[in-house]
Amino acid sequence: MAEVTNQELVQALTEKFGGQITGVNEPYGLLTFETHKDSIISVLSFLKENSIANFNFLTDITAVHYPEKKHGIAVVYHLHSMVKRIRVRVKVFIDENHPTIPTATTLWNAANWMERETYDFFGVRFEGHPDLRRILNMDELGVHPMLKQYPLEDPNRVDKKDEYFGR
Amino acid sequence: MSDINIVDAPPGIEGSGFFATSLDKVIGLARSHSLWPLPFATSCCGIEFMATMGSHYDFGRFGSERLSFSPRQADLLMVMGTIAKKMSPVLKQVYLQMAEPRWVIAVGACASSGGIFDTYSVLQGIDEIIPVDVYVPGCPPRPEAILDGFGKIQELVKNESGRRRNSDQYKEMLASYGIL
Repeated sequence: MAEVTNQELVQALTEKFGGQITGVNEPYGLLTFETHKDSIISVLSFLKENSIANFNFLTDITAVHYPEKKHGIAVVYHLHSMVKRIRVRVKVFIDENHPTIPTATTLWNAANWMERETYDFFGVRFEGHPDLRRILNMDELGVHPMLKQYPLEDPNRVDKKDEYFGR
Repeated sequence: MSDINIVDAPPGIEGSGFFATSLDKVIGLARSHSLWPLPFATSCCGIEFMATMGSHYDFGRFGSERLSFSPRQADLLMVMGTIAKKMSPVLKQVYLQMAEPRWVIAVGACASSGGIFDTYSVLQGIDEIIPVDVYVPGCPPRPEAILDGFGKIQELVKNESGRRRNSDQYKEMLASYGIL
């Protein structure tokens, strides 16, 4: 079975989606590109069902928070083609004040818990998700702790005060 | 052959054919050598506890051969390991299901203070949700340290007044944890 190169994939994507595919890069050989939240589902659907390399496996959905950027939350999709032994990474930058993006549960059932985790930690609202609620943190937490405005440390900690260390 | 040791009688008045002491002391003596622990082991301190239960350290020597995996028959709650905040209602329910008199020992840095996990998802010491009688430091503590902490619990049990659990001070302390 013939191997598929990143160049062939980029060519197929550009033919199909044109200007919707931006920021193409290959860090450590892993094809990475950005797209818009209006086109993400059609891009993922194309990647899953095309004949060149059907990316049948959704490895992960997660997010990154960049407080200094205008569109500060990057939702990251990792796909894996088990047939062609190739992986791809898709990023979508969304507004951190209105972090919404269409759900990928329409394509992979595995997206269900991944999107719940991303909602739990980053507050990204996946529109159309069947059951979008917290999955790992306690329900009463009240914040999305991986956003950079929230401190990592627990405010109830008492034994790390400077006075105990003569500072 | 091993020599069988018998604990000393509590202080009292002895004469020919009789021995008089207070009921508290007799009950305390009996209880302290028959504590049924409930191991609430969530991480590496639990592994040290397994060593403590093993033949080398032999926790059974102190009357705790019988672990109670039901809180309703347990006397001593041994919390060993990191308690995530999501776990804290479970730990509190286990404590509430235990019958009085009940004692709690926090084994290791995590159960005592959160340890290295100074983070939003981890309880910063189980004393935020339930009262603790003895803290065992260490990360994880060696079995000797756990046995030492258990010895401290035994001293507490031996010397506890039979009226303590009915006192206003004790009820206030429980109320401060939102219990009762």
